[in-house]
Amino acid sequence: MTMRRLINLKRVEARRIYLTYAIVIAAYIICQVMSSTKFLSSSMRGMLVPICAYMVMAVSLNLVVGILGELSLGHAGFMSVGAFSGVAAAVLMQSVIPFAPVRLAIAMIIAAVFAAAAGFIIGIPVLRLKGDYLAIVTLAFGEIIKSILNNFYFGIDSQGLQFSMLTDTTRLLPGGKLIIKGPMGIGGIQKIATFPAGFILLMISLMIVFNLVNSRSGRAFMAIRDDRIAAESIGLDITKYKMTAFVMSAALAGAAGALFAMNYSTIVANKFDFNTSILILVFVVLGGQGNMLGGIIAAAVLTILPEKLRSFSEYRMLLYAIVLIVMMLATNNAEIKEFISRFNPFRHKEAE
Amino acid sequence: MKPKTKYVPVPSMSILPERDAERAPVLECIKLGITLGGIKAVEDFNLTIGRTEIVGLIGPNGAGKTTVFNLLTKVYQPTTGTILLNGQDTHGMSTMQVNKAGIARTFQNIRLFRNLSVIDNVKTAMNNDMRYNMVSAILRLPNYRREEVAAHRRALKLLSIFDMQNMADVPAGSLPYGAQRRLEIVRALATNPSLLLLDEPAAGMNPSETADLMDNIRKVHEMFQIAIILIEHDMSLVMNICEGICVLNFGHVIAKGTPDEIQSNPAVIEAYLGRKKEA
Amino acid sequence: MTFLNFFISGISLGSIYAIIALGYTMVYGIAKMLNFAHGDVIMVGAYVCFYATSRYGLNPFLGIVIAMIICTLLGIIVERLAYKPLRQAPSLAVLITAIGMSYFLQNTALLLWSSNPKVFPSIIGRGAFKLFDGELSISHITALTIGACLVIMAVLTLFISKTKMGKAMRACSEDKGAAQLMGINVNATISMTFAIGSGLAAVAGALLCSAYPTLMPTTGSLPGIKAFTAAVFGGIGSIPGAFLGGLMLGVIEIFAKAYISSQLSDAVVFGVLIVVLLVKPAGLLGKMTQEKV
Repeated sequence: MTMRRLINLKRVEARRIYLTYAIVIAAYIICQVMSSTKFLSSSMRGMLVPICAYMVMAVSLNLVVGILGELSLGHAGFMSVGAFSGVAAAVLMQSVIPFAPVRLAIAMIIAAVFAAAAGFIIGIPVLRLKGDYLAIVTLAFGEIIKSILNNFYFGIDSQGLQFSMLTDTTRLLPGGKLIIKGPMGIGGIQKIATFPAGFILLMISLMIVFNLVNSRSGRAFMAIRDDRIAAESIGLDITKYKMTAFVMSAALAGAAGALFAMNYSTIVANKFDFNTSILILVFVVLGGQGNMLGGIIAAAVLTILPEKLRSFSEYRMLLYAIVLIVMMLATNNAEIKEFISRFNPFRHKEAE
Repeated sequence: MKPKTKYVPVPSMSILPERDAERAPVLECIKLGITLGGIKAVEDFNLTIGRTEIVGLIGPNGAGKTTVFNLLTKVYQPTTGTILLNGQDTHGMSTMQVNKAGIARTFQNIRLFRNLSVIDNVKTAMNNDMRYNMVSAILRLPNYRREEVAAHRRALKLLSIFDMQNMADVPAGSLPYGAQRRLEIVRALATNPSLLLLDEPAAGMNPSETADLMDNIRKVHEMFQIAIILIEHDMSLVMNICEGICVLNFGHVIAKGTPDEIQSNPAVIEAYLGRKKEA
Repeated sequence: MTFLNFFISGISLGSIYAIIALGYTMVYGIAKMLNFAHGDVIMVGAYVCFYATSRYGLNPFLGIVIAMIICTLLGIIVERLAYKPLRQAPSLAVLITAIGMSYFLQNTALLLWSSNPKVFPSIIGRGAFKLFDGELSISHITALTIGACLVIMAVLTLFISKTKMGKAMRACSEDKGAAQLMGINVNATISMTFAIGSGLAAVAGALLCSAYPTLMPTTGSLPGIKAFTAAVFGGIGSIPGAFLGGLMLGVIEIFAKAYISSQLSDAVVFGVLIVVLLVKPAGLLGKMTQEKV
């Protein structure tokens, strides 16, 4: 082994955290300015909220995949729980709280609570498993949530809240309102999600994750990731910490789901399928596991890229696939890495 | 496989060192045994350890030494027998609970949290001493700061025993081999154990590193006044710092005694060197 | 009698899952990777078979053979280009690459063959055997599917246990380093595994589309995921496990559709998977490996 200069982790991490906050704030200000000066196309403006939601999703999944070290293939499930519960709550509160930002905030909190509850219930069986088995069970739960929401009917009338499964048997009284309509999802949503709200949610998510990582819980998560047996041997309650990370991640995903849903007029469960879970996982992996800033940037780039490639229309998904494979090969194969680094002008600086 | 050698009792191991004689032993193993994959990996293992005793666990490769550690720390649940830790039966406890009850260990093949910094490895082990909750952590409330600062100080102090305070912010995985072994010991100590299990602490070390390690183990023993069991192949180290020695072969205890008694014990010599062919 | 009818169609669907699951399980066993692109190899196989028979008028069985050859080559090429360079990479990177490959195959198919669904002609017509005065009806394709699955299982089991290559595969799945030291060409063995898995996927594609005749670029995804579930269900890495898991999953799915709800059948299938994994964390026939301390 060659002698390397040992890096100072504390300094590196602190720098990375401040850089993340700084970049997110700067990007927000730039987007706001561009948006107000009409420099931003309307299609781009429409993407600001979804991008924020995906960024929060990337941060929240990073907590499970990057920090806790467990693979989750069903993260979109929590997003959908949040989307449906949040929107339903917003609809119910419409007359009670007329001020939209407050309604949005409360809806996101409710969404987070519901998603956290789902995360807890799912976590009980899931976290007993290991590795690939854990991953496949999260996939299974993602599909189950999708199936259930696709067959769920929920409405309100003078008698109170009404639920039913499979077919609409809520039998709402006249004047009642069917909110969730099975495979039709929720329609006629008031678009109350805003870019500032997305920005605030992202900042809160970052604060939660960064502060958690630099606390006893975060150290425990990472210890479990690095060596489960050693973590047990120093008295860490593996189940408790895994559950904490899982539930926290689900809660953030739920809030992101509510934000996302309230940017559209209609939302259906099929929007949050396996492919969405994978998309979010791709953000995390491309951005670097455990690297929040990387995940955020990947989320932005991979949401904007397909839009920008629209002129290639039918080739765009093909290009996307190729980019994905090439990126993975480029970042993970030693020979290819070496080959690329030959063209890197900063190479010598880094090697010092 | 049946042991070919007979058990040669040496009386002194049930007798605690003079300074511990008045106090209850920290550990009592009674007829401990485990069957792994149909093989009796450890059988009829009896051992009593005094409050502040240092005991060596030796034996040829595959004798079941690490298995004994795994039994004590409940990585394996014993098939038979009882383990009393500070007089408390550890039956049904998990690895985590046993650690909380007072056993900490190191591993033969180093198991550090490689991506965490050196000091975070130690602070992670202090987790159960900390009281602040997640809300305090997320909002950085005063009790978070207070406890983190206290933990940081204590971790630095522990690291300084092994002269590692300068490496506090380095990733554990990038430490040189010897330092990794030392860090494992510091991490184990950070959990406030009453019994420390060291699994081949000198493995892969050169003679001067081993000598340093020996001093450090003595220092730890003196500072913390705890019991230590160590598995080691380096006989000079074992004979030098251990007060009692327990020899395992084929999962059985073949001898127990003081270093002098063990060195002259025929069963031990036979286990290590083989039996002379009868003419 | 309806029960028996459902049971037989369940076994038939399960046979298809089992054949696909074999590909997943063999690749997992040897390369320790979840090959998400496997489902799309099925789709490619079905398209090749479709074009060979309906465009060029070839005999359906000849069509399957051509599909097998093309899919085998595809499997080997995909492994060489995308997975082999990542042998040492973290498993998550390999997983994402496999997903990228899945998108790649789907979108290539979309460009080549358009998204319009093709009506796949059954490889042996739509006839059926009538038993018990017509109360029990087994379509020819059902019988063929079950038969094919049994033959494939038998041949594969013999191959794995008796031939030199099969033994090499088992050795590689136990310990690649040791296998290499014993003179086994690990890369060739892994290629071979991908080749066999992909060849079987082509068969599965033809059978799947004969039973459910709509063929689209996304045809392979859902059966792919279900078969993957089946492989995990039976214990991923275990060949008999894939067989058992596939059959059980097929039967459960058909019964859930018939007796519970057709919309919730997928939820029931995944629910059963979760319950099985809770009772047997490594699947029905999987080996639990304990980490050495």
